Amino acid sequence: MYNYHLTIVLAPLAAAVIAGLFGKQIGRAGAHWITNLAVGLSFVLSVLVFKHLYMDGGETENYNLYTWAVSDGLRMEIGFLIDRLTALMMVVVTFVSLMVHVYTIGYMHDDPGYQRFFSYISLFTFSMLMLVMSNNFLQLFFGWEAVGLVSYLLIGFWFKKETAIFANLKAFLVNRVGDFGFILGIAGVVMFTNSLDYATVFDKAPEIAERNVELFSGNPWNAMTVICICLFIGAMGKSAQAPLHVWLPDSMEGPTPISALIHAATMVTAGIFMVARMSPLFELSETALAVVLTIGAITAFFMGLLGIVQNDIKRVVAYSTLSQLGYMTVALGVSAYSAAIFHLMTHAFFKALLFLAAGSVIIAMHHEQDIRKMGGLRKYMPITYWTSLIGTLALIGFPGGSGFFSKDALIEAVKHSHWQGQGAIYWIAYLSVLLGVFVTALYSFRMFFMVFHGKERMDEETRSHLHETPWVVTVPLILLAIPSAFIGWFTIGPVLFEGYFENSIVVHSAHDVLAHMGETFHGSAAFVMHAFQGPAVYLMAFGSLTAWFLFLKRPDIPQMLSEKFSGLYNLLDRKYYFDDLWIKGFAAGGRSAGEFLYKKGDLMVIDGIAVNGTANSVRRLAGVLRQLQTGYLYHYAFAMIIALTLFLGWFLWVK
Amino acid sequence: MIGLQHYLTVSAILFALSVAGIFINRRNLILLLMCIELMLLAVNFNFIAFSRYLGDDTGQVFVFFILTVAAAEAAIGLAILVVLFRSKQSINVQELDSMKG
Repeated sequence: MYNYHLTIVLAPLAAAVIAGLFGKQIGRAGAHWITNLAVGLSFVLSVLVFKHLYMDGGETENYNLYTWAVSDGLRMEIGFLIDRLTALMMVVVTFVSLMVHVYTIGYMHDDPGYQRFFSYISLFTFSMLMLVMSNNFLQLFFGWEAVGLVSYLLIGFWFKKETAIFANLKAFLVNRVGDFGFILGIAGVVMFTNSLDYATVFDKAPEIAERNVELFSGNPWNAMTVICICLFIGAMGKSAQAPLHVWLPDSMEGPTPISALIHAATMVTAGIFMVARMSPLFELSETALAVVLTIGAITAFFMGLLGIVQNDIKRVVAYSTLSQLGYMTVALGVSAYSAAIFHLMTHAFFKALLFLAAGSVIIAMHHEQDIRKMGGLRKYMPITYWTSLIGTLALIGFPGGSGFFSKDALIEAVKHSHWQGQGAIYWIAYLSVLLGVFVTALYSFRMFFMVFHGKERMDEETRSHLHETPWVVTVPLILLAIPSAFIGWFTIGPVLFEGYFENSIVVHSAHDVLAHMGETFHGSAAFVMHAFQGPAVYLMAFGSLTAWFLFLKRPDIPQMLSEKFSGLYNLLDRKYYFDDLWIKGFAAGGRSAGEFLYKKGDLMVIDGIAVNGTANSVRRLAGVLRQLQTGYLYHYAFAMIIALTLFLGWFLWVK
Repeated sequence: MIGLQHYLTVSAILFALSVAGIFINRRNLILLLMCIELMLLAVNFNFIAFSRYLGDDTGQVFVFFILTVAAAEAAIGLAILVVLFRSKQSINVQELDSMKG
């Protein structure tokens, strides 16, 4: 398996290097062939690794490849930990990545940066695989930063577009905030265990939980709580949880394939994966779990609401991604790590599908992204229409779709969670995920109806060119639609209730809500039937009907509502003023503080007083003294005589 | 009877004259050199007077030394003066201020 692991990681890297550095020599076709083949190879090998672990009963492998540095007993190594959690992530990442690679051939067809784009997405695949396959915190951090870098490069892929440059800078800066917490968390781990290796750290986790740190003197905190919250701040940045979510909607400035791959299916789920991977740590701190739960619940509900008022097709999907990431975080918060990873997996398929379908619509509409100018595309683009429908149904949790299983299991987990009876936390989380279902259905079908049904609102010119997109675009759509529709049905049992994850996810027995649910689980069909006893399915149906009524039947009502409740509408339209908070509050505050320090501290004190001040006062003194040096001989002689007389006088009379 | 006191008085007058010459004269560098010579002579005068008064011949030996040195100094001073005149076309003391700070 050793060679497999290495090839999985290195093939995309090699392809990225070749396509990036020798893009001119190998040409456009060369670039897409080599990267597609490399990622395809990674995918096939990932499936083999998965099969080896799951079906052939292979053992978890944990080994170090290379020691990068040893410093004061702290070993910094590169190594792989291949367990079932990793294998699942590898398959998801490489599959979605492969689909996006194929899709890109069609989407970026006329772009001058063709080779560069393929190089970047292959590099992303490499980074993401390094992140998920890591067996230590340092390599995790490397992958974490590398995916952030590629995300930065790809959001600003069209670097002549002002808004894209703004968006990639924003993404990078907001992620820095999160990474600051993340690296503090890693530092905390090293401080208490003197090791970066997962296995060692997890073994010593109970020791950490018994210790306290005083962040403010006289105010001891449990060390594990501090570490976990710091790590989670990192996850909040990468997985775009409120209030660090502001970069994700703006990242839609990048080309659509990367919105699908990076900003929906894989990279943004790195935070979720990380918390699941760190489950042995998080399980030891209920405070940290409560923070995770609250943040996730807020994100899940409130970000979904924003999707209702957006008019850019990609932004609607982006807010939907935020909301779904919130769902996963909620699952982490109730210790249902498997449910979070399960939702991560299904979400990767259907959200990538929705993004790629949106991209297909955008191609057909000649890069028009405003859904108010679409409508009635159903008859022009049948494949895109049907695959979008599957994606939308999966997203809103239509019974039987993949999203239904993951989301319903998740909601059920929250309902039975160990926070039950703890008042506010429980109700915030439970109500958020429940109402979130209604909101999800509402914004998903609003977009769906406005794009594919209703009046054709585009101009005559565009309409005459409307047609289905080429096969490189539609084939990935179909291939993604298949798992979006069916994968939940087959995987819910093994992943959630039959112990697929074995010991790669550790859950405290008092928290183990999934085990509790597993007692009443009798197969997928029963699970579907059982769902009709809960409110989620009805909320979903109600949300879909509302969308149909408001946006197809009576399109005048939303208009009227937005005018009547303009305060609320503005609040949503301005995204709760978070952008203003960050840009006008923190960023502008930071700038003016910097300006103040620059003007007063640097220019006035250091330059003015310390550096130039010293020189100036020497010069002023010298300016006075030089008046004495007239250069005339008789002045010097006079001075000598006077001095002589004075000294003589002093000698004679005073002494 | 002419005593030590008179010699010293003459010497003091000579010295004072030469000092006055140094800073009252602002025209001619040669005059400055002459004033310096005059100062040395005033000092020599003191040496001889005291030598005679104290009956110690060492003072007179000193005078010879000083005369020799003064001659050498005058030669060097005049040589510098010639060079200075060549470069500046002037020996006016008031114009010689290139050492001004």
